[in-house]
Amino acid sequence: MRRLKRNWQPLLAGLLTALAAARLPLTLPDAPAPIEGGMTIALIILAAALNVVLTLGDRGHAMRAGVLFVGAHIPAAMLLSRLDGNEGQMSASFFLMIAASWLLAWGTVSELAQIEPRSSTARSFLRLLIPAIFGIWILILWEAVTRGAGIPFILLPPPSAIGARIAGSVSVLWADVQQTIFKAVLFGYVVGCASGFAVAILADRFAFLRRGLIPIGNMVSALPIIGVAPIMVMWFGFDWQSKAAVVIIMTFFPMLVNTVAGLGVAGAMERDLMRSYASDYWQTLIKLRLPAAMPFIFNALKINSTLALIGAIVAEFFGTPIVGMGFRISTEIGRMNVDMVWAEIAVAALIGSVFYGVVALVERATTFWHPSNRGG
Amino acid sequence: MSVTSLSVVSARKLGLTFETGDGPVHALSNVDLEVSKGDFVSFIGPSGCGKTTFLRVIADLEKNTDGEITVNGMTPEEARKSRSYGYVFQAPALYPWRTIEKNIALPLEIMGHSAAERGKRIERTLDLVNLSGFGKKYPWQLSGGMQQRASIARALAFDADLLLMDEPFGALDEIVRDHLNEQLLKLWARTEKTICFVTHSIPEAVYLSTRIVVMSPRPGRVTDIIESTLPKERPLEIRETPEFLEIAHRVREGLRAGHSYEE
Amino acid sequence: MKPDSLKNRTLPVLTILVVIVAVWYVGAYFMNAPFQRDLDRRGNVTSTAMEFVGKTMAQPKPVLPAPHQVAQNLFENTFLRRVTSNRSLVYHAWVTLSSTVAGFTMGTLLGILIAVGIVHVKALDRSLMPWIIASQTIPILAIAPMVIVVLAAVNITGLLPKALISTYLSFFPVAVGMVKGLRSPELIQLDLMRTYNASAAQTFWKLRVPASIPFLFTSMKVAIAASLVGAIVGELPTGAVAGIGSKLLAGAYYSQTIDIWAALIAGSVLAALLVTIVGIVARIVDRSMGGRPA
Repeated sequence: MRRLKRNWQPLLAGLLTALAAARLPLTLPDAPAPIEGGMTIALIILAAALNVVLTLGDRGHAMRAGVLFVGAHIPAAMLLSRLDGNEGQMSASFFLMIAASWLLAWGTVSELAQIEPRSSTARSFLRLLIPAIFGIWILILWEAVTRGAGIPFILLPPPSAIGARIAGSVSVLWADVQQTIFKAVLFGYVVGCASGFAVAILADRFAFLRRGLIPIGNMVSALPIIGVAPIMVMWFGFDWQSKAAVVIIMTFFPMLVNTVAGLGVAGAMERDLMRSYASDYWQTLIKLRLPAAMPFIFNALKINSTLALIGAIVAEFFGTPIVGMGFRISTEIGRMNVDMVWAEIAVAALIGSVFYGVVALVERATTFWHPSNRGG
Repeated sequence: MSVTSLSVVSARKLGLTFETGDGPVHALSNVDLEVSKGDFVSFIGPSGCGKTTFLRVIADLEKNTDGEITVNGMTPEEARKSRSYGYVFQAPALYPWRTIEKNIALPLEIMGHSAAERGKRIERTLDLVNLSGFGKKYPWQLSGGMQQRASIARALAFDADLLLMDEPFGALDEIVRDHLNEQLLKLWARTEKTICFVTHSIPEAVYLSTRIVVMSPRPGRVTDIIESTLPKERPLEIRETPEFLEIAHRVREGLRAGHSYEE
Repeated sequence: MKPDSLKNRTLPVLTILVVIVAVWYVGAYFMNAPFQRDLDRRGNVTSTAMEFVGKTMAQPKPVLPAPHQVAQNLFENTFLRRVTSNRSLVYHAWVTLSSTVAGFTMGTLLGILIAVGIVHVKALDRSLMPWIIASQTIPILAIAPMVIVVLAAVNITGLLPKALISTYLSFFPVAVGMVKGLRSPELIQLDLMRTYNASAAQTFWKLRVPASIPFLFTSMKVAIAASLVGAIVGELPTGAVAGIGSKLLAGAYYSQTIDIWAALIAGSVLAALLVTIVGIVARIVDRSMGGRPA
């Protein structure tokens, strides 16, 4: 019973495949390029069966994961490769088999999650592999469903079309990135974070200012600041300066609030120690309180990396020269070129992750002593 | 005195090895021990000697890798499933969102006692630990010593015969600790429970126990078992008597023999 | 109110607010003065300094409207119009509010559901959790216009598309917060449940759920603010006819700066109200769960 419970994905996959076998072929009757699909069926059944045998023999997780991995991905690749020319012409059998190979992939992930490797390299490899399989299957299911069922292109283009669009429009995308990221986002981010930090130091120096600014700063962080975008566009024009202004306003307050909070974390005992050395305000600040505040400051830098992108892109919805990521999104959606919109979003997602990743790496290098960064 | 010969905990050649990235760690090795009904057994030793681990093996919170152990004649897992012991942790571990009486009711709810039955038992156990009248308070409204007493009440509420206590007073100051030690002895006399008590304080171990198990680290093992010659009735002043000091001296010798003072 | 909280909190906040308003007035004068000077020169009007200052504060389409202009617009459009009127801010706020709350509710439920799954299914934890964290680094708001337009193409319009954006924005913080909350019980508390031989369901309901409540409310405060931003941005494309976002956009098209500022303030008041409501509910729940008064 326990074994059955641990193996429900492969068993269910076998069942679905059997159902699919009964309903062959993979294509609807009048498909232009009909396919049989017996080979794929055989592969899935084989993988599921082999896995059950391995379970009965109590083989290790890694071996079962390997079998399931192959059994999930080769049939999936075969199924996807046969979509060409048969868009919207796939039968229930096709979807049953996609579901079956997806269940095998799920089984793979379940087995992989059970592995507790000793070496740290193996651990970090697994930590990447498992979410990678998950991400790939989002794309596989997306591709299979959109193309297999012939979902309207406008509603949801398949990932392959988005990929082709990215490859085909590198120069346009690059120009947009330059306009939005390298001009508006970077400038605004640096100025916004720096001024937030400077005001935080001022607020730290003068308690009255701190008591007045912090409640306001905390409240502002909940406000839809993005709404200042149309005002900034009126004041600073259509070009990147107005977007940078929005980014500055959006990144200022998180930096202010976090830095002030961070400057408060140095313990009373450490402060008393500095006092016993007769250290002055700036010495205490630089030697004790700023290092202690680093995790908070980096937290703000990370939050702001996302906010800056959002600010710049959304501000472009209110008016831009004819270049920029937000501009592209809003105009291409008007022309129903959804693949271009998705391409732009994919690029934005990539840049967002890289931006965040760079900040996180710098954080690791500077605040290696903090408990959250120790021991992986 | 035939009752005292009934074995509550019985360990034979008990061992536990943790596999870690830096190689195996022998937390317990070759532990032989009998705890009889009504005993008050203390486990003493430096940190890393496996005294807490041994308690956790009895409680089925860790699994032994070698040897055998029975609790009330059952495996630890069976004993846990039949709820044969109450466990008191180093910290009170009271749920902050429950009042003291609701905290004591927690095991009773889980074990499926009726509301009326719960009320009766809460009242009785609060009385046992001298906390009557504090049932409606939340944990943060009580002092550290009172919180730990409440957690003892929680362990007593479901009438298990065996009480496992893991350095329950370790975080309290000495004055409060003296007071609680005295109360614990009275409670033990009234309820006739079997108690396994982990501590790192020599006076506490000598004052409370009928037997003292001295342990030493790397690998965690038993180096001496000392039977107390003190009478059952023990006022706090007993700690200045020659008998008391003699037993304390033997415990210290046992610890020294296990090289516990190196480091 | 304690006497020292007046001195330590209210007074500094009020001072800063007064300074902001003062700077705003000065800013309004200097930003509107060039246009006014131009206007006066063309109209051959000469006015005293005081008259001139007054005029910079009374333009119909100023570069920076003076605070009292915004306040007046806000007051008129909030209290003097019928709430069904297209010009009533109450009406627009209501439109935005309804999709915010709908999206927030769906997002919170979804977030809790996903968190429960992640905490209990190891495969989900390992595969989905990294993506949830990674997706927080992505400017999700950028897809808002597409969601609206695409759903409009298949004849789904009105409240639902906007609510979906809010759902999307609010489920991330709730999911992440709830995962943290459901995992917040310490080892010793889990061990305690084990010594009672408690079932997984008992541990969940008696320990994990109550322990996660403070985390839930903290993340709900973030989520409701994100929901509102989502709803407002969702109103930007396709020239939506109602809502705070459409007021902003219309103001931008016709350079009705006073309208923009009034809409902005209305949105801020809405955000502050929503966060406060969540905060009050959190306080009440915390009290009823025996929380130590702050």
